[in-house]
Amino acid sequence: MSVILRVERLSKHFGGFQALQDVELHVSAGERLGLIGPNGSGKTTLINCISGALYNDAGTIAFEGADITRLPPYQRARLGVARSFQIPKPFRSMTVLENVRIPLEYAAWKRAEHRRINDEAMQVLELMGLKDRADVNAGALTQVDMRKLELARALAAKPKLLVSDEAMAGLSGAELDEILEILLALNRRGVAVIMIEHIMRAVMKFSERVAVLDAGQKIADGDPQSIIANPEVQRAYLGE
Amino acid sequence: MKKISPFWVCAAVVLAAGLGFTQIAENEYYFTALYVILQALIMAVAWNILGGFTGYVNFGSAGFFAVGAYTSIALNKALVGLPLPLLIVAAAVICGLIGLGVGYLTLRLKGVYFAIATLAMAIVLETFVNNWSYVGGARGAYILTPESHLWFDSYIQMLFMLMLILAIGSVAISRKLNFSRLGRGLAAIRDDEVAAECAGVPTLRLKLVSTTVMGAMMGVAGAPYPFFVTYVDPLSAFNLFVAVNAIAMPMIGGTAHWVGPVIGALLVGSMQEIVKVNISSELNILIVGIMLVLFITLAPQGIVGLAQKYFRGRRR
Repeated sequence: MSVILRVERLSKHFGGFQALQDVELHVSAGERLGLIGPNGSGKTTLINCISGALYNDAGTIAFEGADITRLPPYQRARLGVARSFQIPKPFRSMTVLENVRIPLEYAAWKRAEHRRINDEAMQVLELMGLKDRADVNAGALTQVDMRKLELARALAAKPKLLVSDEAMAGLSGAELDEILEILLALNRRGVAVIMIEHIMRAVMKFSERVAVLDAGQKIADGDPQSIIANPEVQRAYLGE
Repeated sequence: MKKISPFWVCAAVVLAAGLGFTQIAENEYYFTALYVILQALIMAVAWNILGGFTGYVNFGSAGFFAVGAYTSIALNKALVGLPLPLLIVAAAVICGLIGLGVGYLTLRLKGVYFAIATLAMAIVLETFVNNWSYVGGARGAYILTPESHLWFDSYIQMLFMLMLILAIGSVAISRKLNFSRLGRGLAAIRDDEVAAECAGVPTLRLKLVSTTVMGAMMGVAGAPYPFFVTYVDPLSAFNLFVAVNAIAMPMIGGTAHWVGPVIGALLVGSMQEIVKVNISSELNILIVGIMLVLFITLAPQGIVGLAQKYFRGRRR
């Protein structure tokens, strides 16, 4: 499988705090990668660098062979890098349908059929199980539906790579399965997914490969079983 | 055949009514009052493009009105006899460019910092004009009203019709923007800028478009002003009351929809004129203040927001 995202020797510091140091990461087309690590290990900083919300100090990020290290976020979104936010950020003055129209009209503009934007948006909502909420104001959704809307908006950007930042935090067991099923359905459509999650059950079930960050450095990268058995990972999570 | 939208039918009716009014009205005062209301309407619509659609509340945009007025004064002095429409176009271009430049410098700021930066910009512009002796500096400048007033009975009638056309044009632009892809992008920026950027919205570019259009429209509102008052000094052009009106009217009418600033301007503007004539010219400032406080506390979405809530409630 071809590599679509390649992160090389990526470093980022905030003042004197080294948030990421020489991180290497690659994602193949259509792959499901789990990204885990204790709190403060740099997971969110890493995906902020990948999506462009933050610029890294050193290292390069390449997407489909092209260097995107210095591209602003909206251009990365147009190339096919989508992300969902840990704390949902719906467009509150709009309905659910209008929310999904935005990425279709902007990020996916070159790939969308301009006359059928509404139909395409409805298709996305149907896949997410949000179809009957299309005309509801986005600010009035429940927590689960807001998470789904986050993913719906990411999907509407027609991405090749989706970065899902803790889409399941704080959800109940049944809701968790629902989100997991949605992510798997996206993946079946050929979208590579980086899943950041604290809920191990979900990460291990979902991921084909897991990368582990600790204190800004990647300490392990491999299939889920080998990660669980890895003594360094156990030390990072449980202490000595 | 393309259907003509009700909006343009209304616009045509308003235009015809205005034209008819110039034929029947006896008292010139009406045109003065209507001119003031229309000027406030254009400014309210302009403010709303950046403050309402894009969500960048600012205190300085009325400074562009003054720049528009002074563009007229300077050009009128340099090239005597330049027709008013050309002055308006020049003011739009200059104020649009200043809007672009100021936007580029300040749009990285958010919320209250942006509001303060725009206020500072207005003060910088006022200081500049104060010290520019070519346009009269702090002494101010007198403008002679041109002799010709086309086929109208008086110059003020012509100015009124001109302002009516400009107002309809501004509202049409604002309405077009509200329902366009660009306008939806601006709304996304207002709701959540980070999420908008990640959805592929080029936020910086759209915000620059927004400040440019706002600046140009404010300039258009200001360009005929010297011919209306015939004497302009920095104090009257950078008038705080004019600036507050441009903010209060969209807030009272409702900022998210194009019709909000129109309703706000017509309501507050005509009320001010009535109070000014019948009660006192000092009191009308108090009235705007009270209305603003009432609306912000009781109906933060303005009149449009109230109407939407009412209709949504009835549908259930």
